[in-house]
Amino acid sequence: MSVQSEELGNTGTLIYPSRIKLPYTWHVGKVGSRFYQEIKDNGKIWGIKCSKCEWVFVPPRETCPRCYCDMSEWVELSDTGTLLTYTVTRYAVPGIQPLEPPFALGIIKLDGASTGLVHLLGEIDLNDISVGLRVKAVFREVREGNYLDIKYFKPVRA
Amino acid sequence: MEKVGIIGVAQTKYQRYNPASHAESAYEVTSKSLEDAGLTIDDIDNTITVCNDFWDGRTISSMTITEATGSHKSPTTNVEGDGTYGALMGLMRLLSGLHEITLVVAQSKISEGIPSVITNAIFDPIYERMLGLDAINSAALQMRSYMSKYGVTEEQCAKVSVKNHKNAKANPYAHLAMDITVEDVLKSRVLADPIKLLDTSPISDGACAIIMARERTAKRKHGKPIWIKGVGHCADAYHLGDRDLAEVDALASAAKRAYKMAGIRSPLKQVHVAEVYDAFSYMELMWMEGLGLCGRGKAGAMVDSGLTEMGGALPINPSGGVLSAHAVQVAGLARIAETVLQLRGEAGDRQVDGASTALAHGIEGACGQGHCVFILGK
Repeated sequence: MSVQSEELGNTGTLIYPSRIKLPYTWHVGKVGSRFYQEIKDNGKIWGIKCSKCEWVFVPPRETCPRCYCDMSEWVELSDTGTLLTYTVTRYAVPGIQPLEPPFALGIIKLDGASTGLVHLLGEIDLNDISVGLRVKAVFREVREGNYLDIKYFKPVRA
Repeated sequence: MEKVGIIGVAQTKYQRYNPASHAESAYEVTSKSLEDAGLTIDDIDNTITVCNDFWDGRTISSMTITEATGSHKSPTTNVEGDGTYGALMGLMRLLSGLHEITLVVAQSKISEGIPSVITNAIFDPIYERMLGLDAINSAALQMRSYMSKYGVTEEQCAKVSVKNHKNAKANPYAHLAMDITVEDVLKSRVLADPIKLLDTSPISDGACAIIMARERTAKRKHGKPIWIKGVGHCADAYHLGDRDLAEVDALASAAKRAYKMAGIRSPLKQVHVAEVYDAFSYMELMWMEGLGLCGRGKAGAMVDSGLTEMGGALPINPSGGVLSAHAVQVAGLARIAETVLQLRGEAGDRQVDGASTALAHGIEGACGQGHCVFILGK
């Protein structure tokens, strides 16, 4: 396949439009696989707890970044938490965005976790989001074992 | 620490869609930095390139500019990260005692790719990448977190953008030099609230090179070397949710190391000019705090006071900063090159009078995950 080069403005130089396509298979690892399996099979979010500092990490990982030791104590977390920060993306980037803009993103501290989980916010008025909002996970009906098995977090109605 | 001096610097003009190829840009700054140092390529005994495969659209990208940088003639290594880390590696090479003169070359052609698609790839493919995170909306999460925790306002962030774009008018290398008002920034298009278009840095192509030498060689080869007085670097956690995004722990740690090495106890009094990595307006405020120039949450008030403007007690980003020219990876090395010009007294209309100690700062990763701080002096 050949692609026609074009002139760049009136610079007298050419540009060559093309694209890079690179199939790739990522290994989720032992800890991440269990995290996704629990979400997929049971609709539950699990974290992992450090026996030294007692922090609970989500997404879970094998090593405590604070104490640099192994972690093995799994902890079931609430599906509800508090919004630490948020933004509404109002520009389109074809190919990388999970939703049509505008869409909201936030960092949620789930009850029982010590770290934040970055995720989408849904069923929400994009002009009425605030730090401290209580939000609850909404799971997809059909789950595939990936990050978007949590569809988004929605506000908890008082 | 043995003294290492910077004896040559060069930058391209930063612009979107620079018609030069990446190798042509690398050659331009390599040859100009040699000219600035009064050297030929044969004087260079080792080279560090700063290239990133994703931005360059090819793998082992550094190997494609060996001829353009003359580095096929000497030991060469690539640093894939900000240009300040390239300078750090150059410094280490010289301190090893194995080399005398190091050339560091950074180049990037940001306009060739789609920046948000490339910065999306910063994020963990197993987790956050599929959320559509990129450099802009992740920074928006940080800006909101910082404003929410410390009460810093969008107006105070906007003032940084006004100041730096104005400063850029005196910098012939700058990409976006303009007179704008706080209102212009606040009313510019919202990209990812609270980030507006004029809170962001432009898509710039460009290159920068510096030449460093051990003390005796630096003195013999150059009339007025600028000395590296201190350096420090540190990285924070990878996952955004693991960090308190309003905090600047990694930068504070990097700055502490650099200040200790340079014998700086009160940076606000002892540093005369600073060039920091303001990829977004709010970042300049956060980095001021991380650098210990003021207390946490106090940078907005410091900007309000005019202290960081040209003519203030500590001008920050007289060049216009990264807000006025953002060739990713090059930008940190450009901060060093700009401070060298300031200390030489060769910064033209953007000169800070009497500057004898300067700070240059670079970042890498999302939301300033890693920081590298250089203290330079005459």
